[in-house]
Amino acid sequence: MKVLTLNFLTCAVKMCKASNDSFPLHPKDAELAKDDVEINLQLLVNVLPRIDWTALRTTSTELGFPELPEQPPTAEDLTSDEKMLQDLHTLLLETQMIEGKLVCGHCGHEYAVREGIANFLLPSHLV
Amino acid sequence: MDYLIRFSQSHETFRLPEIEALALIEGVELEVISYSLDSPFCVVHLPSEDAAKRLIRRSILVMSIHELWGSGVTLDDVHAAVRSTTPHLWPRYLSCSFKFTLDSYQGSRAADDKITIINSFAYLGFAGLIVMRRPDEEFTLFEDWEFNSTPLGIPDPKCYFFGRYLATGARDLPKKLDLKKRRYISTTSMDAELALVTANLALAAPGKLMYDPFVGTGSFPIACAQFGALTFGSDIDGRSIRGDDRKKTLRGNFDQYGLLSGLGGTFTADLTNSPIRRNALGGDGDGVKGRLFDGIVCDPPYGVREGLRVLGVRDPEKSPWAIPKGIEMYKQPDFIPPRKPYSFLAMLDDILQFSAQTLVDNGRLSFWMPTANDEDQEMPVPMHPYLELVSVCTQVFNKWSRRLITYRRIPDAQVDQDAFKSREESAKHPGKTVDELNPFRRAYFNKFET
Repeated sequence: MKVLTLNFLTCAVKMCKASNDSFPLHPKDAELAKDDVEINLQLLVNVLPRIDWTALRTTSTELGFPELPEQPPTAEDLTSDEKMLQDLHTLLLETQMIEGKLVCGHCGHEYAVREGIANFLLPSHLV
Repeated sequence: MDYLIRFSQSHETFRLPEIEALALIEGVELEVISYSLDSPFCVVHLPSEDAAKRLIRRSILVMSIHELWGSGVTLDDVHAAVRSTTPHLWPRYLSCSFKFTLDSYQGSRAADDKITIINSFAYLGFAGLIVMRRPDEEFTLFEDWEFNSTPLGIPDPKCYFFGRYLATGARDLPKKLDLKKRRYISTTSMDAELALVTANLALAAPGKLMYDPFVGTGSFPIACAQFGALTFGSDIDGRSIRGDDRKKTLRGNFDQYGLLSGLGGTFTADLTNSPIRRNALGGDGDGVKGRLFDGIVCDPPYGVREGLRVLGVRDPEKSPWAIPKGIEMYKQPDFIPPRKPYSFLAMLDDILQFSAQTLVDNGRLSFWMPTANDEDQEMPVPMHPYLELVSVCTQVFNKWSRRLITYRRIPDAQVDQDAFKSREESAKHPGKTVDELNPFRRAYFNKFET
């Protein structure tokens, strides 16, 4: 599961949807892997407006990546700044979370990640 | 200039929607001059030869496209049209190598007749080499015959088209993604041809994000990734994604086709309790913010070959132990949460609502839904105030058919908010057993008898 996916996922419990603490989920005991993927500027420019930047900064720090700037880059920044493009590409599209847990900051529910596949199924008392 | 599209005479109702979708993807202005479901020949108006080649380069249902030089109900009409409208084109092909072919749909000609017909074009004056293998230019006379013309002794076709070959479609792709050669499939994997057509209708393209909430073994994401999109998928049954944990996995399928860079992420989840981040509808968003996907493609479970279930306990009174047991056990790594039958219609509503919340403006939802062929039992196409119907394509089986329904997410400002409010207030569908919940399943097992 690419780090980009983590930016799309929140706690599945309905009660948590209203809380700001349920997003992003916090990686715990995360085992990461890196794929070699060709840089795709078009994709990153398209993805940029859909990313919750504050959440991505949190995820990035929690996974042990260098701190991201406070403000998201613009499409022009990406086109002109090769290092920024490479860093974002590595973080979002090359880095995979293989094993570990994703923890909700509101209810504390832990979603297991096995072989890169996160499990968001809930027991009946949380549905 | 007018161009002739030579379609494959199969999946007829999918052909025009596919070409219209491709025109959007390629940014080509397309005007359909003549088209019929009964004929593989379609005349279109396009701005240029380059546009014509781009239009069909990823089409699954187009065999080829040709620059149309003339058409008519008799061969003499064709010659008259060619002589009156194309003499300015002839000099370009005076010295290149070329060949003539005859493409007879539902008919055939004796070898001698073919030569006579081809020689009747001698006035074009082409003096280059005639080469059968890879000539510089290929000229084709198409004949559209009546069905069963040979036994009926019909001497001439209904009409003719004459044109210069430009390009072929992408009919080799279904062979590349053929299920028979795919390492890992299941009982309900979508066949490669229709999965690719679905990806075309959903406008999958490089740089776009596509999602399949009923991913199974990944047929749709693979088709979308083949067209360059980044894909995401989830399924309530994690085993279908995980496979045998070695080579036969969803990821392994992407690997087999060299498409791993198009696999964004997969997870186990239930659409009614989805972890995908999304905002409530009813605001006036800026078209993108808070919405994640360019396209959603899926073949939801019909409840016939595979069960239609969501998280929850079917009857808490009958199994009062289920919830306490879950509270006690849910942290175990091998805990499998209980699931209950779900209404097919409610699920369709959930798919539409989810798509309205997560698609960017003009993003598309393409999904498959079954229906009975009997008019009385036909299921209506579900509608949503935020989604505009683009096309309905039908694949007919014996007593039932399945439809590929495509919608466009309209911008918030164009939504009828009154219609949306009344939808929000409408009651949920009742029922507990699988048959009560699923009219299609009930009709299927009653053999569609009323």
